[in-house]
Amino acid sequence: MLDGPILFRPAVERRPDITIRFEGRDIPACAGESLVTALLTAGLLTGRSEFDGTPRAGFCLMGVCQECTVWTSAGQRIRACMTEARPGLDLRTSAPFETFAS
Amino acid sequence: MSLPQLPPVIVGAGPAGLACAATLVEAGLRPILLDEARRPGGQGTRRLSPAMMPFAEQFLGRAYANKTATREALEDRLLTRCDWRPGTLAWGIFEDRLEVVQDGRHDSIRFDQLLVAVGATDRLMALPGWTLPGVFTLGGAQVALKQHSAFIGQRVVMAGSSPLLYLAAAQYARMGLRDLIVVDTSKSADKRRAAIGMVLSAPGTFAEGLLLLAELRRRGVRRIEGAELLRVNGTNRVEAIEIRHADGRVEALSCDAVALGHGLRPETQLAELAGAKLKFDPILRNWFPETDEDGRAGDRLWLAGDSAMTGGRIAAAESGRLAALSMLAARGMTVPADAAKLRRRVERLRVFQQRMASAFRWPSHLAAELPDETIVCRCERVHAGTIREAVRKQAGPVEVNRVKAITRCGMGRCQGRFCGQTLQELTASTSGMPVETVGRLRAQAPVRPIPIEAAMEGDGL
Amino acid sequence: MTRSSSFDAIIIGGGLFGCFTGLFLARSGKRVAVLERGYVGAQSSGANFGGLRLQGRSLSQYPLSLAAQHHWETFEELSGESCEYDRNGMVYFAHTDAGRERLLGYAENSRRCGLEIALWEGEALRRNLPWLAPSALIASFSPRCAVANPRTATPAVARAMIGAGGALLQNCDVTQVDHKDGLFTVAGTGCEPITAPVLINAAGGWAGQLAKQFGEEVPLFSAGPPQFVTEPLPYVLQPSVYAIEGDMILRQTTRGNFIFAGYPRTLSNADGRHTFVPPHKTLNGMRAVATHIPALRHAEVMRVWSGVEGYLPDMLPIVGAGQTTPGLFHAFGGSGGGFQIAPAVGECLAHLISGDTPPVDLAPYAITRFASAIEASEKLTREFDRV
Repeated sequence: MLDGPILFRPAVERRPDITIRFEGRDIPACAGESLVTALLTAGLLTGRSEFDGTPRAGFCLMGVCQECTVWTSAGQRIRACMTEARPGLDLRTSAPFETFAS
Repeated sequence: MSLPQLPPVIVGAGPAGLACAATLVEAGLRPILLDEARRPGGQGTRRLSPAMMPFAEQFLGRAYANKTATREALEDRLLTRCDWRPGTLAWGIFEDRLEVVQDGRHDSIRFDQLLVAVGATDRLMALPGWTLPGVFTLGGAQVALKQHSAFIGQRVVMAGSSPLLYLAAAQYARMGLRDLIVVDTSKSADKRRAAIGMVLSAPGTFAEGLLLLAELRRRGVRRIEGAELLRVNGTNRVEAIEIRHADGRVEALSCDAVALGHGLRPETQLAELAGAKLKFDPILRNWFPETDEDGRAGDRLWLAGDSAMTGGRIAAAESGRLAALSMLAARGMTVPADAAKLRRRVERLRVFQQRMASAFRWPSHLAAELPDETIVCRCERVHAGTIREAVRKQAGPVEVNRVKAITRCGMGRCQGRFCGQTLQELTASTSGMPVETVGRLRAQAPVRPIPIEAAMEGDGL
Repeated sequence: MTRSSSFDAIIIGGGLFGCFTGLFLARSGKRVAVLERGYVGAQSSGANFGGLRLQGRSLSQYPLSLAAQHHWETFEELSGESCEYDRNGMVYFAHTDAGRERLLGYAENSRRCGLEIALWEGEALRRNLPWLAPSALIASFSPRCAVANPRTATPAVARAMIGAGGALLQNCDVTQVDHKDGLFTVAGTGCEPITAPVLINAAGGWAGQLAKQFGEEVPLFSAGPPQFVTEPLPYVLQPSVYAIEGDMILRQTTRGNFIFAGYPRTLSNADGRHTFVPPHKTLNGMRAVATHIPALRHAEVMRVWSGVEGYLPDMLPIVGAGQTTPGLFHAFGGSGGGFQIAPAVGECLAHLISGDTPPVDLAPYAITRFASAIEASEKLTREFDRV
């Protein structure tokens, strides 16, 4: 559902050396590169507009527009453009609100 | 009133903040310097990612790469003499306290001298289709390369009314992107008219611009001038951008990414929360904070760089230095410096930007032509037609904060930064009122979203 | 005087009290004009929490509140527009023993006035409100409580008033009010002088000055609660949730944003046009949310605001005829509860002005009550900063 177009084209040679999880899927990434690079070069969207479901994939890339917001499985909200990839990251595209559901 | 005792606080480690810090350090002070980013540099002079560093010469040109390396080494040394707080978001100012979130925790910093130098972001006019994946801001396209080590696409169109189009295109071309088109919507007649004034106010900067143009020609980058942007086409991604050439011909430029920018919009929210008054600049057709000639905007408040007045990198640094001199004077301190010369230089560079703004005009007239179904507020999904309807309705407002209250335009996560300019023009054109009378979106804390849990501990109160 | 336009009634203040009064007067055939300094509903009528709360009102206020709720429930018929009225229900919960006592007292009052109230403790509390922190002791739920969008409600009522023949003058800052030979003349910047035999003082936080001009001094003061809103999140929380201790009042809009308000309130600026929210109040609010509803600790706060609301020491509004000047009427001092009661305030006042008996007895709201010492509400000490 979150498959999207490949948006980012690496400008320099990129050698993924770690794996992060996104919506339950393993995504190759380079330690220290931004999450937005890992996601957009892998052909993934960062999410969808909560009001019309249209795909979103970042816009300003400098922490202002908040359109690349993703959540960690622990519930923390992060901007993919302002956060570096690190091993063990487990990301999802919407706030984990299971605690409300019970 | 007693002399300031606390260390000066500087928000923003771009050219203005760093220059201010350097002067304060020179005088023997240890300012608190904070920035939301992890590394200093700001946007225009943002540092290259480690992956990009080996390509610095290719990216910047040899001479500028060397200068940059020297400058960054100096900055690194400077930071060791400051109370440097990277990754720190300043979200509010109330009386004599700056409210910040650092590494997810709230802190409150008391100040008696504060410099706000938080720069500018892209000034945008809404465009049908601009929410499609693959559309980025022009600044974002540059950040993609510098920080994210990536092009925003394989076939890229950079479009808008801004001299930065040429810089961004050159950067992409230098790094090897071949399929690149620049659509400069400004008119060549406007540029010709402004040219003489630009040469007179800042011949060096003007010459840099000419060199960029020559470089783009040499690299074979297609350049379209005087066209109008009609829409971005595509279903789940950008497939083309449709433009109307100066001769009236409509063309769809096939591409997989679009970078949009119509110049810069100052980040004035913090200054406003700190009590600065904003005034309308008719040439830039936008709102800027009022300061004295040294950037002082209040008892405890100084402003510098592009968040005070569009001026570019050099003007930013010089205005930061000026602000530092003024802060020192208020402490009864001095350092050897020619303030009068700095003032003249800042003034000249800002005049240059004013001339530049009449060459690369903000396309205000496009607001009236936006189709009703255009999304204006990306965050809250508010259409142009909804805004027009609200303004036209009986008992309807012609003041943008009221239009926001009724339509939600500007209420979303980006807090009006990317729709506010279109909202002003739409409100003005729909009501028939001059744009300076319909107001601007007022700043509200927090100036960026802050997590609730940040309040849970370490609030420094 | 030749250029003056004459009306049957002039209403100063385009808040919800003024617009509803204008609407009901216009519907009864009166020629009314509403004068608003800025835009309709821009102050507390538009900046409040949007709660249509019936629980927790003082016993004397229930007749007015219940009459008002009926109008909110039929708002679309009344005004012809939607104000996002949503009968989402409302929860009071207590997390202290004192709060528990108060909650039981409120529930008793509500039931006595015919309101359906469910009380939940222990297992029932956990089952019905699983997201509430374990520190919650007891909760009362009232299904008839509701919410509406305060930003759109007042303009809708103003338009309905115009539709019924009323006049609205926005951006009209009233500078002078005269009364001579049974006629009020009102002049302001941005509008021609107008006259009418009836003047309604619905000037919200500024109504005190106008009352004073006519020799009716009231202890009105302006303040506002700290409020904030989070980014939109998945819609999970239907009822409005009030900590009876006042440290958290929360609801989620169906679009997903969580809206917070809390006490203590902050006094407005000296200019009376703004209430700035000191950051520590926002931080306290954030702590309260994270403490009472831990699942929200990661949500991000997008925008902070407050409003300028008129308060009176007994936390009841002034609605009714002035005592010094024939033809003068007052409707102000909503004291944080004005949004909900506004339709009934307008309806009752319109009846009174037309010489009819209002559907609800307005005696508890008479301005004369300030002539003698009145009993300050227990809320006054709890819900405001100590000055």
